[in-house]
Amino acid sequence: MSAVVGTHAAHQVNLGSLDRIPVGEGRTFAIDDLEIAVFRPRSGEVFATQASCPHANGPLADGFVGNGKVVCPFHAYRFDLATGCPEGNSCAPLTTYPAGVTSAGDVVVTLGGR
Amino acid sequence: MTSPHRLVVIGNGMAGARLVEDVLARANGDRFQVTMFGDEPYGNYNRILLSGVLAGTQQPDDIFINPLDWYTDNNVTLHAGIGAARIDREAKVVYGSDGRAEPYDTLVIATGSVPFVPPFENLAPTEPAHGPGPYKDGVYVFRTLEDCERMLARAADVKSAAVIGGGLLGLEAARGLSGRGLEVNVVHLMEHLMEMQLDRDAGLMLQKSMESLGVKVHLGKATTGLLGNGSVTGLQFKDGSTLDCDLLVVAAGIRPNVALARSAGLEIKRGIVVSDGMATSDPSICAVGECAEHRGLVYGLVAPLWEQTAVLADRISGRVEDKVYEGSRTSTKLKVMGVDLAVMGEKQSRDADDEVVTYAEPGRGVYHKLIVRDGKLVGAILLGDTSAAPALQQLFDRSTSLPESRASLLFPMGDAPAQLSAADMPDDAQICNCNGVSKGAIVGALRNGCKTFKAVCDATRAGTGCGSCKVQVKAIVEAVAGDNLQDDPAAHYYVPGVAMAKRELIGAIKDMNLRSVSQVFDVLAAGREDPGSKAGLASLLKTMWGNDVVEERDARFINDRVHANIQKDRTYSVVPRIFGGVTSAADLRKIADVADKYNVRMVKITGGQRIDLLGLTREQLPEVWKDLGMPSGHAYTKAFRTCKTCVGTEFCRFGVGDSTALGIAIEKRFQGLESPAKMKLATAGCPRNCSEATVKDIGAVAIEGGRWEIYIGGAAGAHVRKGDLLTTVDSQDEVITLTGRFMQWYREEAKYLERTYDFVPRMGLERVRAVIVDDAEGIAARLDADMQTTVDSFVDPWLEAHAPVHPSQFSQVLEPAAVPVAVEVRASRAEALAFRGAEAGR
Repeated sequence: MSAVVGTHAAHQVNLGSLDRIPVGEGRTFAIDDLEIAVFRPRSGEVFATQASCPHANGPLADGFVGNGKVVCPFHAYRFDLATGCPEGNSCAPLTTYPAGVTSAGDVVVTLGGR
Repeated sequence: MTSPHRLVVIGNGMAGARLVEDVLARANGDRFQVTMFGDEPYGNYNRILLSGVLAGTQQPDDIFINPLDWYTDNNVTLHAGIGAARIDREAKVVYGSDGRAEPYDTLVIATGSVPFVPPFENLAPTEPAHGPGPYKDGVYVFRTLEDCERMLARAADVKSAAVIGGGLLGLEAARGLSGRGLEVNVVHLMEHLMEMQLDRDAGLMLQKSMESLGVKVHLGKATTGLLGNGSVTGLQFKDGSTLDCDLLVVAAGIRPNVALARSAGLEIKRGIVVSDGMATSDPSICAVGECAEHRGLVYGLVAPLWEQTAVLADRISGRVEDKVYEGSRTSTKLKVMGVDLAVMGEKQSRDADDEVVTYAEPGRGVYHKLIVRDGKLVGAILLGDTSAAPALQQLFDRSTSLPESRASLLFPMGDAPAQLSAADMPDDAQICNCNGVSKGAIVGALRNGCKTFKAVCDATRAGTGCGSCKVQVKAIVEAVAGDNLQDDPAAHYYVPGVAMAKRELIGAIKDMNLRSVSQVFDVLAAGREDPGSKAGLASLLKTMWGNDVVEERDARFINDRVHANIQKDRTYSVVPRIFGGVTSAADLRKIADVADKYNVRMVKITGGQRIDLLGLTREQLPEVWKDLGMPSGHAYTKAFRTCKTCVGTEFCRFGVGDSTALGIAIEKRFQGLESPAKMKLATAGCPRNCSEATVKDIGAVAIEGGRWEIYIGGAAGAHVRKGDLLTTVDSQDEVITLTGRFMQWYREEAKYLERTYDFVPRMGLERVRAVIVDDAEGIAARLDADMQTTVDSFVDPWLEAHAPVHPSQFSQVLEPAAVPVAVEVRASRAEALAFRGAEAGR
């Protein structure tokens, strides 16, 4: 389930250079009123999810990342970065956002639509 | 090729099945053709644990030692549910109750015991229609799984039960039925309970404990008959009184089951008479277990029985053809009605020359009695508290001369520990009293390749009897195997994502010169980067390589990425270092100014004698650190935290050592030292111990004469543990040296997140002392040198305020770029859920 529904609302946002995110870490981005977490795993992919852990509002961007997963720094709840699905806990799945990198090296996320 | 030796065993109980196992373990299975007769229609179960089944603490399935598959797998023919009916000694053939004939070369009789049921009036069913057994409905003996199941079926429908017999079996039955909610009366002919094992005082004490648990005990009561027509409704006593009951258990003793042997013409006294070679009067026929009488004694405990099967198996298999059994020293540890009891040897003094030591504490139901003859322990009863039993057992087994203070046997005093830690026990110390397994045998099993607790138990049988020694077995296995133990293999990996124990992992990292966490994943985990393993690996690499590590900040927990402790609202707490808790007006002023300038929401004095500034944002951290101008207090990480001190000699009227100077020196030297888990230290200027040094990971307490006691492994958090006295030294320098040496060893040997309060008991205090104080392993100089290198390489992480490792290191939230859309992009790709940055030319 996505936070924003309806293809007509889909739009891309340029988050700036990928290098703003240290390799292997994540950062929280504030896009108007929406906060999202963007991850730059060592595997070379880029992922974007909702910023806060559904369990106790932990900052997911500050968690450990690896093997396609993020581990929340607050209470070690684990989620799949691509699907948002919880692993080993019964939290609601994270909202995920399509994310990519332009040839200029900028991170682009797609909000709304699907 | 010779035809296999035909071994026929009558009885598939604890002795019979054990004998077959012992023989197969000693000889190539092809040499023997094994056939067994067993009355009960299943494999072999642990009869001792039937009381647990009755009590509901164990399921019937849990108590099986060998299920039917075991017999098939081992080529043992088991006639389950078929008893032996007759032995033809001339023809050397056993006939089964179904008429089958089994010829033998060697026959072993292990028919055990049968319950003794006195000839009470009105015991038999009034009409044959009532019940399947020889007794009235509602009357049971307590011997087999079937007895147990029938008893339980009735217990579900009735209210009250009587147990005739106040021996061990009767009390176990009473406990089980009481636990099932029945009102239980124990009727005993003798003047106190368990008179076979206990003296009168202990028996009365046990009675009190039982009564407090709701079981009524009637002593000196002779039962003459049963009441009731169809089912039992009560008991009639000789004194004319009666007792109502809906269920009756007769546990009036057991008798060796000798009927078959007697009809075969073998020599019988109380039991089947056997020689030291366990042979009956017919050399082709042997007997073991409760049915056998050896040197006038019939044993009813499991430990002697297993000594007998081991001897007989040695002889039958030919491993030691002339092995002899010379009788057993009996001792037992048990739980009666949830009350701990250990008994060994004699229960009464023989004559006035015997020395009897007793201690009674009726309020707690504790009773101890020792019988000492010629300075040696010949008997002991420990009721209610059996903590001294392992030490006494050794003194008893080995007939060791006792210390002059007999009280020290029961109550360990001073430095003489009656309870030896697993690492300290001698190899011949018997651990499993059911199976007679020594510490040496357990260690041997580990050396021979057993890698799990279960494998050790299977190989040695330790812990497979009553199970009461499992904790000790586990402690030994852990002390000896350390990180090589694989309960569940993954449980012993240093981190879950790399399938290696710590030592193995350290070896691999060194061999392959791996300097970063991602290298470790690439080389040792097939490139699979487990997020839950990163912090443990980062800690290990830092410990191993010091400043030569290739640091990857993403492998660090958020606190270690920004050197502050994240709080529930995502703000951070800042704790500057205040060495030894001693500060100054100037420093306090600085802290106050910072608190004002950054609108700190709470200024808190911590338990570690420093000041916590709470509610700061990540962006504020570098500026706060710069303004403070103090080093990090490391209050956020797995490292040496602080050394709490008291005022010591400078001002305190009682101080005998300068604890403040020592604490400051310790904190200066070891600040920021990373370790598997946090370390909290303290120094105290006198034994009043105001700084609580005895409950710290490491604590030093000054004592008169300029000396310092060093305590390790203390804790006063979720886990509370008084530290162990490592040693006493003559100077502050020695405290610092030994502190550093212990820390370095702990850094190398401890599991990730294992606090010293778990580490010290795991290694065993004696081992720690040997390594750290006595340098028994010759590594002290190396540990000291490595610690010095680590100390020399310390860099205050708060210096990153001036040189962040990344421009976004202290950024909590980033804003999007000013340019709204990146047009020329591979838009289609950007819509994919995950996008390969690699393809985008990273």
